[in-house]
Amino acid sequence: MSYLEYNTKRMPSGLSKVLYLNWPLVALLTLVAGYGVVMLYSIAGGNAQPWAEPQARRFVFGLVLMFIVAFMPIWIWRSVAGVAYVVTLLLLVGVEFFGTIGMGAKRWLVIGPVRMQPSELAKVTTIMALAAYYDLLDMKKVSRPLWVLLAALIAIIPALLVLRQPDLGTAMLITLGGGVVIFAAGVHWGYFAALIGTGVGLVTTVLQSRGTDWQILQDYQYRRIDSFLDPTLDPLGAGYHVNQSMIALGSGGWSGRGFMEGTQARLNFLPEKHTDFIFTTLAEEFGFVGASSLLILYMLVIGVCLLSAFNTTNRFASLVTLGIAGTFFLYFAVNMAMVMGLAPVVGVPLPLVSYGGSAMIVLMFGFGLVQSAHIHRARLPS
Amino acid sequence: MISRRALLLGGLQVGIAGTLMWRLRDMQLNQAEQFHLLAEENRINLRLLPPVRGLIYDRNGVLVAGNEQNYRAVMKRDDAGDIDLVLDRLSQLIPLSDEDIARARNDMLRNRPFVPVTVAERLSWEEISRIAANAPALPGVTPEMGLSRHYPLDHDMAHVVGYVGPVSERDLADLETPDPVLMIPRFQIGKSGVERVQENRLRGRAGSQRVEVNAVGRVMRELDRVEGSPGGNLHLTIDARLQNYALERLHGHSGAAVVLDVTNGDILALASGPSFNPNLFVRGISTSDFSSLLENEFRPLVNKTVQGLYPPGSTFKMVTALAALEDSVTDGQERVFCPGHMDISGHRFHCWRRGGHGRVNMTSALSESCDVYFYEMAQRCGIDKINAMSTRLGLGVRYELPITSVSAGLNPSREWKQRNRNAAWRVGDTVNASIGQGYVLTSPLQLAVMTARLATNKAVLPRLLRDPTEQAERVAADLDLRPEWLRLIRRGMAETVNDQRGTAYSSRIVGEGQVMAGKTGTSQVFSITRAEREAGIRRQEDLPWNRRNHALFVDFAPMDDPKYAVAVVIEHGGGGSSTAAPIGRDITLAALHDGKVPPLASYPSPQRNRIRAEQEELEERLRQPEALRISRA
Repeated sequence: MSYLEYNTKRMPSGLSKVLYLNWPLVALLTLVAGYGVVMLYSIAGGNAQPWAEPQARRFVFGLVLMFIVAFMPIWIWRSVAGVAYVVTLLLLVGVEFFGTIGMGAKRWLVIGPVRMQPSELAKVTTIMALAAYYDLLDMKKVSRPLWVLLAALIAIIPALLVLRQPDLGTAMLITLGGGVVIFAAGVHWGYFAALIGTGVGLVTTVLQSRGTDWQILQDYQYRRIDSFLDPTLDPLGAGYHVNQSMIALGSGGWSGRGFMEGTQARLNFLPEKHTDFIFTTLAEEFGFVGASSLLILYMLVIGVCLLSAFNTTNRFASLVTLGIAGTFFLYFAVNMAMVMGLAPVVGVPLPLVSYGGSAMIVLMFGFGLVQSAHIHRARLPS
Repeated sequence: MISRRALLLGGLQVGIAGTLMWRLRDMQLNQAEQFHLLAEENRINLRLLPPVRGLIYDRNGVLVAGNEQNYRAVMKRDDAGDIDLVLDRLSQLIPLSDEDIARARNDMLRNRPFVPVTVAERLSWEEISRIAANAPALPGVTPEMGLSRHYPLDHDMAHVVGYVGPVSERDLADLETPDPVLMIPRFQIGKSGVERVQENRLRGRAGSQRVEVNAVGRVMRELDRVEGSPGGNLHLTIDARLQNYALERLHGHSGAAVVLDVTNGDILALASGPSFNPNLFVRGISTSDFSSLLENEFRPLVNKTVQGLYPPGSTFKMVTALAALEDSVTDGQERVFCPGHMDISGHRFHCWRRGGHGRVNMTSALSESCDVYFYEMAQRCGIDKINAMSTRLGLGVRYELPITSVSAGLNPSREWKQRNRNAAWRVGDTVNASIGQGYVLTSPLQLAVMTARLATNKAVLPRLLRDPTEQAERVAADLDLRPEWLRLIRRGMAETVNDQRGTAYSSRIVGEGQVMAGKTGTSQVFSITRAEREAGIRRQEDLPWNRRNHALFVDFAPMDDPKYAVAVVIEHGGGGSSTAAPIGRDITLAALHDGKVPPLASYPSPQRNRIRAEQEELEERLRQPEALRISRA
């Protein structure tokens, strides 16, 4: 890959950084976002409003943000990682006390004119904090229990705060995103085996708590679990989303029903067709060709990030890159699994494609970090 | 270390992505057809388009049964969600009784959730607009426009045409493969009369429409449409005006009147009074209306013309006379002495005239209705001959007519009595039968057919439907009764009406070419008991209504060239000559005058003042000519 064979000995500065950007990544992200805008245009019945145009604007804004983040040296991001993490935790606690409620969950924090979702922020800052943590940590200590426990707490504390909102999907993404960084940092296998064991135990406990005084999840989340286990159980109720989604997806066939011809989406059989279930509409209108091509694009994004991580000697840069790529992967993998009936409906959007601001801005910020790591991979003060 | 772990992560991710890809391929390529089908099922609704029911006209093209626009509110349970809430909101927009709401609720809960149920019918345009305007607050409720049966002549034709009603569970159970159109909510099918018997001709074939619906069931567009075909129109032989006249002339009585065209058997009037309004049944009759019809002792729901069975009384005497003539036991000129009674096997049979008729021949026995003469003739020829002649004249025969509950009557015979009464036939039974009492039972229609056969010497068969395209008139088979026999019978009937000593002399018609010949009959329902006679009851008027005698009258006219045969039966009317004969005359005259009120000139001059008063009263009830406009070219 020629673009990786830059003279890494020389640190770019000023406008020359533009040349050192990971342009294939920019191109891939733009293509993915393009899928989103086209689908939103179709879902609106061939109108730029109310979704396609704002989404396009938001992506442009995200690109600008990504460039700004990218041009800032990666070590600056490493030094603010701890502060960013603590601020995120404070904001999450703030949500607990001052948050506004929407859709049955307390997720938003309004500070003056800014309306924000600290849980989205937590996805990136947790990864930054863990990457910085392992950058500072002596390699020999990586697998020592106390240090592993500390790393685990860094990942789990924001996740628990998010779970209380309650937002199962995001909490899961934060935990798993942190897990990716911890795994990449080289923590011993045994911990992961233990974690998976604990996870299974936790799930069992959560399911057991149903209907008791100490019920952990909200009723609607339990119903989602039920409908996941058997969507046909209640085709008009809890399982409706998944059933209709699978019908739409399957009916797409090889090449789909054609642009703006998806009957399931157009006739409102699909729920959340512009947000969490947008992949279904894509699969319905453009068939296997359209759906699998988006999956391939996503995997190319992952591939580009992995290559970038391989080619940097800096531990923070490489861990952040792997963490962001891992989170991005979790986004689309969980979303696709969800609409294909392979995972419970947990409310994870399709990254850069689903309509929605917060997730896109945070992701573009994350890719800004990946770009920064890519640009500044040559020389770091040690 | 990082590279190795990164590689592992990458591998894991590729693995998961591969799983997703495999799932995508499985769903979109392997199971695509199945999912496509499900998507089509989601979006496409097949709707049946109810066919337009065939119209029914009278013989001249007056509309008897038509269709009128009907706006209704239809509701589906699965789209409504909370049906009580929606019904409550609906009741604020349109008048809905608690009964309506309860019925709609029950219908919805009893049927499968996607079956549409009619909540309210016959809404005004304003009401249906209110529902349409408030559609967002009324999920599952759709305003629909349909056609509903309407009978513009109200009760005039109720017994002939019958009525329609919504398909019931029982209707569906009766059919082996029910027409899918019957599943349309509140689809109307014939419940009685011509509407029921001719259901298949009237119904037509349903069309279908495939529409695309969205997730909440709203129709987005029509995909295709197959038009059905409307039901066939029917033309009755009934003359609506004459029918109206006959029915109104029966007003105040419980009875039946039948007018036949003797030349072809066309039933011109088939009136059973009192009648009922079939439109009430189409709309869903209220319990109180229905029970008042059921409890009425005049039995308005019964079609007495074909379903009502009465001892024919003296109107049966022509049968006995012809049986005797055919058996050559008399020449008709022979005189029989009537002392007022006859003793037969230890039992005294009375003549209706206590003092007796003296010496009577066949003609005077008919015109003066001497009973003893026919006791004598019946004993000579026997029940077998009477039975055969009765059948030949159309009594005891069930006619194939497109209406419900046509009775065969009873034409008794030795075998019949052995089978049904488990007893041997006795002479007394023959004697009773000779004057239309005992076991003999006939319907008014049968009496009209008998009269038509006597008037024409043809085996006239009644018919109720005519094919307007049919060119050649149907000709009935010859009855092959000797002309000289019939001459005797007809002379007897002519004298009944036109001879001063005849029982129906006061009901004679004057005027060229209109004179009629007839026969009165009075049949006993209960014998006046000895106790009653001793208590002083001698006159029918002193008895309670339901124990009085039935009054009967049959006639044909014009006498010299018969065109119409008429039979009138008035239940518990008292006497044939006093009650039935005047009604028979009026209806005969109306038939001779195209169903219009007959001119006074046709009545004997001494009666004209009284008749005029009667006619004025009658005219107030008669349907106005504009209501009987011809609507078919």
